[in-house]
Amino acid sequence: MLDTIKIAETPEGVELKLTCVSFFARSLAWFIDFLIQSAVVVLFLFILPRLGDFGMGLLFIIMFFLHWLYPVFFEIYFQGQTPGKKMMKIQVLLIDGTMVNWGASLLRNLLRTVDFLPFFYALGVATMLMSKDFRRLGDLVANTIVVYKRELKEKVILKQGEAEITACAPEMTLSAREQQIILSYAERFNQFSPERAEELALLAVPLLNELPVSAQDKPSNPASERLLGIANYLMGRR
Amino acid sequence: MNQEQFIHAHEQQWLILEVLLSPSLRSLLKHEPENKLKNSWFKSWKQNRAAKKKATQKSPNEEKIALLEPELISQADFPGLYREVCQHLSLAQSRRYSPHLIERLNFLISQAHQIFYRQSHVHGESALAALTAFFTRTFPQTVRNESQWLWFSSLVFYLPLILMIVLIQLWPEFVYSVMSPDMVSGMEAMYDPQAEHIGRERGSDSDSKMFGFYIFNNTGIGFRTFATGLLFGIGSIVTLLFNGLHIGAAAGHITQIGYGSTFWPFVSGHSAMELTAIALSGAAGLKLGFSLLMPGRKTRYQAMLDTARVSVKIMGGAALMFFIAAFIEAFWSSSQTIPANIKYVVGVIMWLIVFAYFAFVGHEREQEEKHQ
Repeated sequence: MLDTIKIAETPEGVELKLTCVSFFARSLAWFIDFLIQSAVVVLFLFILPRLGDFGMGLLFIIMFFLHWLYPVFFEIYFQGQTPGKKMMKIQVLLIDGTMVNWGASLLRNLLRTVDFLPFFYALGVATMLMSKDFRRLGDLVANTIVVYKRELKEKVILKQGEAEITACAPEMTLSAREQQIILSYAERFNQFSPERAEELALLAVPLLNELPVSAQDKPSNPASERLLGIANYLMGRR
Repeated sequence: MNQEQFIHAHEQQWLILEVLLSPSLRSLLKHEPENKLKNSWFKSWKQNRAAKKKATQKSPNEEKIALLEPELISQADFPGLYREVCQHLSLAQSRRYSPHLIERLNFLISQAHQIFYRQSHVHGESALAALTAFFTRTFPQTVRNESQWLWFSSLVFYLPLILMIVLIQLWPEFVYSVMSPDMVSGMEAMYDPQAEHIGRERGSDSDSKMFGFYIFNNTGIGFRTFATGLLFGIGSIVTLLFNGLHIGAAAGHITQIGYGSTFWPFVSGHSAMELTAIALSGAAGLKLGFSLLMPGRKTRYQAMLDTARVSVKIMGGAALMFFIAAFIEAFWSSSQTIPANIKYVVGVIMWLIVFAYFAFVGHEREQEEKHQ
């Protein structure tokens, strides 16, 4: 089991896997948000002072809201995603995998102040690196977690060279672990040399009660093609 | 039942759930027959738009979603669907269907779970109703329940404040123990009765500018007072002491040199809101910090989690009090046409309002809730 996966159980007994976001992706998201916030402030810095004191007052209020409540607003109304987080495809959730609420969002963003101490998020980064699920102090207090947002995946069609490989069912029922191994093989297929790919596939194919490889003389790499065919089948392409 | 039959039997439900979860997919649903469009120009525009939408694909199942009847979506029962799909996932897992199928069901369930079990006290209420409920019920009740922290924080804040005022009357040079000579002379200039304007470096035409500044500065200080309380309460205590000493030194010194006639009318209007808001921010921070020091029968982390949930409510309410104080300070306190006596009366009334608010608001509903 990978240690970046946090399991949350729903009341229906379904285990949801939440993939925690590491320090680097979170810093990037923060940096994008920081650029957006700065850009807005600079923009208003050019416009508002021309409106005199009223404009200056407005500028202060805008700065206040950008600094403290910008992340809260987006986390509440845009599924836990500030623009930076949306770009990095990550989102804030409560630890039980549900949407973040007002109290939690306000807490984790007000506590940025403490995470920022003693200089430039040093405490926050230290906590993030030490805690199991990459949570900074604000996350620990608000009981929130930053995870990768799940997306519905396209079916991938595996190819060998240019030709599509037809999906074929394995002749026996495969356990989840076995399926996973075959899929990992397919995922990394393009990184192998054809000879190495064939060599690896030859280890697996006989175990799958398949015909002896020598009986099929037509394809150049019979074992890997057969394994990719099974992988295609497993990925739902029939 | 093999996987094909399984998908065939249930896919419609999955598609409906998917549309319910991402409203943007609704636009893909079966539309009215095309012949209803009379204008050919309008028709081509609509087709263009449809083509553009296709380019930005939202779901790999778009084609199937487009075949759904719109009635299926409007009549869908979200909780029922969600539970059924949960069951489908368990079945798919125990029957070892393909990882792709399991991933798809997992996606639907995790999205639905986020929304279905969303923790919110305001089911179906508008934002305004939620805000009203917070200020007529939750906020004063929470402050009453946590009044020991408000007293503690008030002690840390008002004691040095009052002490400083008294000490400076006795030994005027004592002000230099907390303020630099520059700050003192700057402050003297601000409240000089001979000067045209009073208040923090300002002319009376800059009311709206100062309103913005007070929100930015004072509320920010309040937020920091609260947040730094997480460091075992130290941050809150330091901020409260520091502010108490400074405000006390300023008030004491100005009074001592005889500028009290401009200073006290200026601060009386917003003092109730602002000082109470500072004390509340401190109370919220102290409560948070001391939950780590004195967790009681819970683990330290659990005690902090439970406390944080309450503390943030106090801080949220205090933030609004800072806004109100900023408004009063910018538009009322700074006015020089209003006689000092009226300002004093308003100041006393504001203190009474603050006391009455925390003492009396939200009582009936509190009892109702206890009976339930």
